[in-house]
Amino acid sequence: MENLLNIFIKSIFIDNMIFAYFLGMCSYLAVSKKYKTAAGLGMAVIFVLGITVPLNWLAYNFLLKEGALTWISEDFASIDLEVLKFIVFIAIVAAFVQLTEMAVEKFSPSLYNSLGIFLPLIAVNCSILGGALFLPTRDYEFAEAVTFGLGSGIGWFLAVVSLAAIREKMAYADVPKPLRGLGITFIIVGLMAFGFMSFGGFELPFKNKEQQQAEQEKTSQVSENVDPLSVANYSE
Amino acid sequence: MSTETLEKEVKEVKKPSEPLLSKKRKALLTNPLDEDNPITIQVLGICSALAVTVALKPTLVMAIAVTAVLVLANVVISALRNTIPNRIRIIVQLVVVASLVAIVDQVLKAYSYDVWKELSVFIGLIITNCIVMGRLEAFALGNKPWDAMLDGLGNSFGYAWIILAIAFFRELTGSGKLFGVKVLPEEYIGNGVMMSPAGACVLLGVLIWIIRSRNGYVED
Repeated sequence: MENLLNIFIKSIFIDNMIFAYFLGMCSYLAVSKKYKTAAGLGMAVIFVLGITVPLNWLAYNFLLKEGALTWISEDFASIDLEVLKFIVFIAIVAAFVQLTEMAVEKFSPSLYNSLGIFLPLIAVNCSILGGALFLPTRDYEFAEAVTFGLGSGIGWFLAVVSLAAIREKMAYADVPKPLRGLGITFIIVGLMAFGFMSFGGFELPFKNKEQQQAEQEKTSQVSENVDPLSVANYSE
Repeated sequence: MSTETLEKEVKEVKKPSEPLLSKKRKALLTNPLDEDNPITIQVLGICSALAVTVALKPTLVMAIAVTAVLVLANVVISALRNTIPNRIRIIVQLVVVASLVAIVDQVLKAYSYDVWKELSVFIGLIITNCIVMGRLEAFALGNKPWDAMLDGLGNSFGYAWIILAIAFFRELTGSGKLFGVKVLPEEYIGNGVMMSPAGACVLLGVLIWIIRSRNGYVED
């Protein structure tokens, strides 16, 4: 349970989809002009990530991984279908998004009006596919994969809502003309990312495997001694 | 057979009216480099521009991978454009792009394993790279394969020079190296901020500022 809480907090704050990996930037910049649309897309991302990551986990562990097909027959132990992971993952994401869109449109028109228009955007949102592509590099259990999916979604939601709030305020600011729009937004995102980096104790991204393992050991040690909610302790 | 000859005839008739590199087509190649740049003006493909640009070498590999995928996907989708039903076009595009990316991924894994490991998920994310989807939607679905190929080349070069410029500054100031070779004096201590994606974000913001004040593009 402690492990799950660790992953949850880590995926929201430390490994935030936007501020640590910059995944889903295109739609992040496109919808963050208004608070309301930002919140709508954020909710849709939480929902889709929370469901497609476990789905892709199942696909990876029971279909794609080397020796994953042994549940059918022992003869398949040597088959490695990892080459197909891109097509399978994106097909699952696209199919799920299409199905959800159709279901929401049929059963809840009001929800469709607020959330449905964002669903097609989501199929091509890097954070959804990114979440799935992180699975092979991290050995998650099923429950951990669910937590990771939900946590990443909430992290994305937080990021997009806070940027939209800042941009709404910024309408009253006097920004140099060529910097208006995209330029100043990038600088703000950069500053926000610096803020979020303090959650990770100013560690550099793109760690190699050993560092990641060492860090994982460190964070799990920390969580044994100290309350895992006090994120500030991670910096040590 | 008959349709093939018919198409040939149509092509031969059209050829003199539009040379292979007419002015319009040259514009397809050169516009994305500056005034219609995919990153600074169209705001596409930002994820990878920030994430992989820590050093020049992985950036160059990424640029080549995106060029290969974008040009091929543009040509394939443009060739198929009349047979794709409108409702499922996004899924068709995703499948075409995903297969191309899988090929690129395997080639990289075979010939350049270190870089492949470094880029890890970002090769896969070319699938949802907005440049690819954006150009397929905006251009390849409505134009002939040759034009689509030029458009793909132009846009991937526009993308490449921006990410290479970012990687140049980040590697130089972040670790004092270029392509892994030390160019600044030994005493230079790397600037950790530039190595982090947050630094890249600010750098890209400033780069956009410079480019836009040069070509006069203003967002309302």
